[in-house]
Amino acid sequence: MFGYIFNFGWLNDLVRFLVENIFKLSMEKHIGSAVHFFIYDTIKILILLSVMIFAISYARSFFPPEKTKKILTKFQGVKGNIMGSILGIVTPFCSCSSVPIFIGFVEAHIPLGVTFSFLITSPMVNEAAFVILLSAFGFKVAFLYVLTGMLVGIIGGMIIGAMKLENQVQEYVYEIKSHGIESYQPTNRERAKYALDDVISIIKKIWLYLIIGIAIGALIHNWAPEDLLTKYAGPNNPFAVIVGVIFGIPLYANVMGTIPIAQALIAKGVGLGTALAFMMATIALSVPSIILLKKVVKQKLINIFVLITGIGIILVGYLFNILGGFLI
Amino acid sequence: MIIKVLGSGCSNCKKVVANVEVALTELNLEASVEKVENFKDIMAYGVMSTPALVIDEKVLVSGRIPSVEDIKKFLG
Repeated sequence: MFGYIFNFGWLNDLVRFLVENIFKLSMEKHIGSAVHFFIYDTIKILILLSVMIFAISYARSFFPPEKTKKILTKFQGVKGNIMGSILGIVTPFCSCSSVPIFIGFVEAHIPLGVTFSFLITSPMVNEAAFVILLSAFGFKVAFLYVLTGMLVGIIGGMIIGAMKLENQVQEYVYEIKSHGIESYQPTNRERAKYALDDVISIIKKIWLYLIIGIAIGALIHNWAPEDLLTKYAGPNNPFAVIVGVIFGIPLYANVMGTIPIAQALIAKGVGLGTALAFMMATIALSVPSIILLKKVVKQKLINIFVLITGIGIILVGYLFNILGGFLI
Repeated sequence: MIIKVLGSGCSNCKKVVANVEVALTELNLEASVEKVENFKDIMAYGVMSTPALVIDEKVLVSGRIPSVEDIKKFLG
């Protein structure tokens, strides 16, 4: 009973009723199945997004960057990297804030490696991608995605820290002196309001990409040739993972739209890890954030950051390709 | 009254400026609205998450986009 509600069994049946009895399309045929997929997936994702983004935003309002900075100064070594990664998930910020946050952390004498653990994990584990992964692939994959995002962040940060690249930070960053401001403590009512604002603004930003992605997914789901895809992009093709990551880096497109497509491709035989690696690369190594990072960090460190994160993602891709059969 | 919007120019920061101008118009107030995009200056306010709204050197909002209603309350 609980499973029926939680796993959207009720929605599945509702849409099936709509497709078969009102649109008069057979679910056995491609067109009926595609329409069902499209309507069902769109509604399911919108519901999941609204509920989970609200919950996550509300929880995140307790972790403004100023507080994160204070917490991180108390941790040394590997514990610092782990904390940095965890806080990267939990601290909300838009990518244009990544520079002030970087400067703030450096100024608070938080080790460079820890700062990078935060910076690598944070964009990879964004709540909308998590929710959509949850919807498309279920709990196990979604949580494993979070876990691997953290691992890439922790280990990547540790390596960068060990390479002693402090001289790769732009000099002016070390010269900035700022006084800490007491971050405003919102009331619970205000937290709820901000969380609701977040839901609306995120949905406003991604709905179009999502619908397009789901539409393409529906097409692939029903009409794409299975053997062809398995042959070239299946889980047994390690080269495909690397290609996926390289493709993902310059992609300006909104990653939300790619997830339903990835779901459909995977159902057709593309390796789970291959698709995930592509998506992670799109977010973690997005060109806009690298451009911003250049303002505070010199080219050599940028290159190392891209290389380490890229390799990390490729390895995660291989991992998911191997585990794929057990997860979906 | 000196209003400053701190941010490096992404769309969120532009939205704050737009909201500020609507609020000023609706309240029939005049004030200078300045965009602060230089990171050194932003950090001097102790702000870590942009966009941020500063009125008469006090940081009122940081890390989110204040609505026109919120801004009108600050101005009023």
